[in-house]
Amino acid sequence: MSTLTAFLAMGGYAAFVWPAYGVAAAVLGGLTAHSWRRYRASRRALTAIEQ
Amino acid sequence: MRYKGTLGGGGFLKAMLSRFANPARFMRASAAALPWCAGFSAAAIAVGVVLALFVAPADYQQGEAVRIMYVHVPAAWLALSVYLFVAAASAVALVWRHPLAEIAARAAAPIGAAFTFVCLTSGSLWGRPMWGTWWVWDARLTSVLVLFFLYLGYIALVNAFDNPDRGGRAGSVLALVGVVNLPIIKFSVDWWNTLHQPASVLRLGGPTIATSMLVPLLVMAAGFYGLFATLLFLRMRTAVNEKKAMALRLNGAALRPARTSTGGRDTSVPAAGR
Amino acid sequence: MAAFLGLFRRDFGLALRQGGDTGLVLGFFVLVVVLFAFGVGPEAETLRRIGAGIIWVAALLAALLSLDRLFQPDYEDGGLDLMALSGLPLEFGVLAKTAAHWAATGLPLTAISPLLALAVDLDPATLPLLVLGLLIGTPALSLIGSVAAALTLGARRQGVLLSLLVLPLYVPPLIFGAGAVAIGADASTARANLLLLGALTLAALALAPWACAAALRQALE
Repeated sequence: MSTLTAFLAMGGYAAFVWPAYGVAAAVLGGLTAHSWRRYRASRRALTAIEQ
Repeated sequence: MRYKGTLGGGGFLKAMLSRFANPARFMRASAAALPWCAGFSAAAIAVGVVLALFVAPADYQQGEAVRIMYVHVPAAWLALSVYLFVAAASAVALVWRHPLAEIAARAAAPIGAAFTFVCLTSGSLWGRPMWGTWWVWDARLTSVLVLFFLYLGYIALVNAFDNPDRGGRAGSVLALVGVVNLPIIKFSVDWWNTLHQPASVLRLGGPTIATSMLVPLLVMAAGFYGLFATLLFLRMRTAVNEKKAMALRLNGAALRPARTSTGGRDTSVPAAGR
Repeated sequence: MAAFLGLFRRDFGLALRQGGDTGLVLGFFVLVVVLFAFGVGPEAETLRRIGAGIIWVAALLAALLSLDRLFQPDYEDGGLDLMALSGLPLEFGVLAKTAAHWAATGLPLTAISPLLALAVDLDPATLPLLVLGLLIGTPALSLIGSVAAALTLGARRQGVLLSLLVLPLYVPPLIFGAGAVAIGADASTARANLLLLGALTLAALALAPWACAAALRQALE
């Protein structure tokens, strides 16, 4: 348990390291999700029209 | 479509450009490539994060905060690379009128902006504990900030016109103007800084980066580049689909007269079948 | 040559006769400097330290104001199409219009800058450097601005978009222009900054009309 808390504390820099990774995950993940959703919507619209 | 050798050499590049000038062929190729790109980037990023957080050593000067580097530096590489891609695609669009070049540039820009944002925020979070400030106006940071504004300006410009083609063309010119401006910005801020304060130099465990730090860095970079390719293909496919849908809609509207209300049925789309 | 001068005279005459542009630009220039003085506080020391920067930023913003009217009226009434179809290469037409824009905005800004320098308590010895810097730098502002104006022709929210586009492009002239007059800048520093500013203007002179004409052709397609 102490190693987990030590890991999460990041040598005292936790307030900086975790937000950095968090922002990267949120931004890149958000972009991926958005792009994927738009792609699915475009495919649906296209098959709807082609019929 | 044939591309003459105006730039000399680059036979492979010209062949690739010619080959994928046909949107249908691009769609087939990207459909095949997409799962591989997605799989590779997911794996590389996962491995990279594990290496960065668990395996890589803490820096003798910076401690655990150096782990931010494994997000910040690859993001910076991508931020710049994607902009060069946008500029190159814009040049191809303007000079050779390659049908997919504009689509590629417009698809890539938001990805580049996202990486630039990640670079700026992670850099700021890295700088605070290291140098005591959230921001400093040195040449590199300022250039990346300007790069971010260039991305935003490009995205705003291409979306600011009712006619999407006009937006795409204006954006292409802007992308090329920006690529000329970027080195000028870097130079002028460098100049500006040398007169006022010495540039701060970052040392990562010595003059050359250790292998134990280089490997996670490269893995993360590979993952980010893979993510770029994945998102690029995804967004390009979306754009091609949307264009096709728009063209079909317009064709259908032209061939059939407008219908009066039919109580619930969607009349904006031509009826199925004939 | 006659066509070039004719176009220049026409645009410059329009700007003068309508009066709005020059007056607006000068008024805005004065307003920004005065507002900064109020915002920063009356302490002469603080004001003097940032005075050069304030004047340059104010000049930049004022030059930005009239940019959206550089091509828009001609675009709307067809004058731009005539210019593109005429015998004069579009690049020269752009140059003529941009020169007229500078004569009606950048030049008056440079002329009244000594007065505003007094308002921010700038060292009188640096006044010639300020005027020279503005004289060299404001053509670059007009040239770079013309490219952005051409790119945003017919766009929604052109004014806001224009500002977003020129912001990155105006940073180098700002750095060198304000740097020449900054507090603590000795003679050699000032000279170097002015020379770099001159290089920027010359580069803008060579590249901007070409980029601007390309953008105009896209708009007229």
